[in-house]
Amino acid sequence: MTTESSSAAGAAAIPAAPAAKRRDSLLWLLNARLAIGLSLITIFIVGSIVLPFFAPADPSLQATYLKNMPMSWEHLLGTNAIGQDIFWFLVFAIRNSLILGVLVGVGVTIISTAVGLSAGYIGGNYERVVMLVVDSFITIPLLPILIILGAVIRGNSSFLTVGAIIVVFGWAWGARTIRSMALSLREREFINMARFSGASTFAIITREIFPYVSAYMVVGFINTILFAVNTEATLAVIGLSKVEVPTLGSIIFWALNYNALFTGNYPWLVAPIVASILLFLGLFLTSTGFNAAFANKRGVA
Amino acid sequence: MIKLNDLKISYRIGNRVIEAVNGVTLTIPDGSIVGIAGESGCGKSTLMKAIYGDIQSPMSLSGGSIEYGMKGADGRAVTTETIRREWFKSISYIPQSSMNSLNPVIRIRDQFTDFPGTDSNKKRVLERARAYIGKLGLPAEAMDSYPHQLSGGMRQRVMIALATFFQPELIIADEPTTALDVVVQKEILLLLMEVQELMGNTILVVSHDMGVHYQVTHKMLIMYAGRVVEYGDTESVFADPQHAYTKMLIDSLPTIGDDSMRGVLASMAGAGGDRAYRVEPELIEVKPGHFMARPSVGVAA
Amino acid sequence: MGVLQYVAKRVGLYFAVLFIGLTITFLLPRLMPANPIDGYIGQIQARASGALTADDIVQLRANLEQLYGLKGDLFSQYVSYLERVVLHFDFGPSFTYYPQPVSQMIFNALPWTLGLLLIATLVAWLLGNMVGLVAGYFHTKKAATILEVVGILLYPIPYYILAISVILLLAYIFPIFPLSPTFPVGQMTPQKFGMVIYNSLLPALTLVLAGFGWNILSMKALAVATTEEPYVTYARLKGASNWTRMVRYVFRNAMLPQVTALALSLGTVFNGALLTEMLFSYPGVGLIMRTAASGGDYNVLYGAIAISIIAVATAGLVIDLIYPLLDPRIRHK
Repeated sequence: MTTESSSAAGAAAIPAAPAAKRRDSLLWLLNARLAIGLSLITIFIVGSIVLPFFAPADPSLQATYLKNMPMSWEHLLGTNAIGQDIFWFLVFAIRNSLILGVLVGVGVTIISTAVGLSAGYIGGNYERVVMLVVDSFITIPLLPILIILGAVIRGNSSFLTVGAIIVVFGWAWGARTIRSMALSLREREFINMARFSGASTFAIITREIFPYVSAYMVVGFINTILFAVNTEATLAVIGLSKVEVPTLGSIIFWALNYNALFTGNYPWLVAPIVASILLFLGLFLTSTGFNAAFANKRGVA
Repeated sequence: MIKLNDLKISYRIGNRVIEAVNGVTLTIPDGSIVGIAGESGCGKSTLMKAIYGDIQSPMSLSGGSIEYGMKGADGRAVTTETIRREWFKSISYIPQSSMNSLNPVIRIRDQFTDFPGTDSNKKRVLERARAYIGKLGLPAEAMDSYPHQLSGGMRQRVMIALATFFQPELIIADEPTTALDVVVQKEILLLLMEVQELMGNTILVVSHDMGVHYQVTHKMLIMYAGRVVEYGDTESVFADPQHAYTKMLIDSLPTIGDDSMRGVLASMAGAGGDRAYRVEPELIEVKPGHFMARPSVGVAA
Repeated sequence: MGVLQYVAKRVGLYFAVLFIGLTITFLLPRLMPANPIDGYIGQIQARASGALTADDIVQLRANLEQLYGLKGDLFSQYVSYLERVVLHFDFGPSFTYYPQPVSQMIFNALPWTLGLLLIATLVAWLLGNMVGLVAGYFHTKKAATILEVVGILLYPIPYYILAISVILLLAYIFPIFPLSPTFPVGQMTPQKFGMVIYNSLLPALTLVLAGFGWNILSMKALAVATTEEPYVTYARLKGASNWTRMVRYVFRNAMLPQVTALALSLGTVFNGALLTEMLFSYPGVGLIMRTAASGGDYNVLYGAIAISIIAVATAGLVIDLIYPLLDPRIRHK
């Protein structure tokens, strides 16, 4: 639906020659952004995996503790107006959000890579039809669809249904970018050589094109996690998902609903905001860090 | 007349300082076309930048001076510091890649009037410009076109028009025919010669293509490793080259009748670190008007 | 001939996308696990508290199916749906506000959404690109890195967090703006207009902040690359001033991919606007959707989706058509 100029998703440039498959050190990966980003994410991931084992109770149960207690050693972030421990709720919230993000990331990456690669490489009418579908999906705003889902299934949906819908409508972007990459690769010398030597389309796609695209896939995967966590939280914040399940969005929903600001319970609202910002920053820095590292490696930057 | 007095230009790269021009003393006479030849890295581009006055970090003038023999608008002699104000007034420049040297989204006529060297009365400038480009073999519509609508040869003519329209005393042409096909090359070279005859100014032509020098220049300068190796009338230099390096350059020219001269210097790339050609900065008059530099100590003649 | 071809292709794609989008919107309710009719009947029963007989319910169901276009086989439904929507913009009546037509509700709210969206997006694009341009053109200076960091910090923050932070900062800690914005209805007077502007500033600020970061980052990268181009160097050697080079040479070229990027991001921006409206109770399409979602008013929701698709696709088309005006290489030959 738009001009053929390069996608705005920051598609990385294509290198001039196939990189030798060396097992040298991963030092080329390191740059400031990546370092900071990875550290942030690692803290979140490790915390999400390890901490829940230490939780004294199921944080989503209500009235477990006294309401609206201030921060203390017993309740690191205090308790909220529903009698839950904020800190533990937040820990589980981060874990659930991350799980959703990763699952959606995997789903979207698989679909968008398959579609994008095949469309870009095979071309012809197949590509035209596919890209038409892709463009339509890009145009359809996701939020209204999710709102309808929320309205229809309110409360009865599993939190993963939301994830499924995000996958269904979220693969289009990545497919577009990957297809552009595949397009430009299609004309490269070494691809032609592979073709003339009789390799099958499938083999060419997997063995020759894929290694290049994999760099973008890493970046795209992380971006998708960001997108998925975001979208689910967006839905939760307006109260249209299963808000009893702790997620980054639902905790904010409850805080807003119980007027955390007016009752003076700042940690309830501020903690998830800070956590979200840090998580998103971490994901974003990691993603651009990888991008920069890959570009550097190919000598493009 | 431009006098170069033991000129030294250096680059700072990291901790090292590289003497790109290492002691050049020369007088460039008025009203002639002077060719500068030598392989990549010999310092000719740096020398041109210095003469043009485009000296900015990490490049710096580390020794010697340039006397321009011109007076600026304020009546005082032009120096290396003040030459900048003379850009496209008394001194101009024809770039190498005419393909990309014009702003793609702005019409040609606007690129005649968007720099300080032009007359403040744009209308008058454009009227004269339209008349002028006709003399260079360009159709009148070229002025109102966008760069992509003109062929490579036409674009190079535009560059020459821009460089000569304000009748500068000195024009520096940096590889003016490199990206052009052979037929167009010839036309451009003839054009340059016509312009010079008409205006009586000095043109410095930098080229690695000895054939270009032979066709167009009155005097020739051969550079190697930051120093002048030989200097004299073109005919004399070609007929009776004194220095071994000059001989090698001339010998690598294909024989008469063969017009295709591509990558003549690719074969000489290996001569880069060859100490056999190193010279002292001083030039000795070997024949009337024909100078050569003494080989450095420890090097055979 | 190039321009005509370009326009024809874009317009053709536009209609194709619209068609597919509307079809998906048609299929959606029929793919949902819950049948909206059941929902309606359930609500009506609740209101009537058991006064309905089984016969009543059958009759009611038949009427509702007729009303909401669910009668007949799938294909005839599809045809009548397309007819209704494309020719009359008729999405049926609202359930909560029966018999007010959905289209009327949406068209009342649409100007609010569009106004907010257009202004905020334009401001974000212009400001962000200008900042990015300066940061990229002077990228060796320290200030440029600071600007880039601002972009990095802003970009990943999602709309709802920005909205809440904005409220926290500017309506709570420093109570400059109202905590619960109110928007006057009815005829517009200058005084009311002032109120509208005042109350709209926070949602607008949220949208601007959300879009600002990306524009800074991408423009900076583009500006850095463009400044290296031979034509910019040549302009410098002609003696052209920094301003001329930055604006006429770098910006005029670097902004082209940014216009394309804007077109691609419209879906996201629209989503963000809807969400912001919900959080600020701003009387646009977003708020209508939110209310409809709670009330189970499906016609409104499906109507809003269709309108959203049309709005986003049209905005994209407009931008695509503007592009040739900016890039002479598409316009000529």
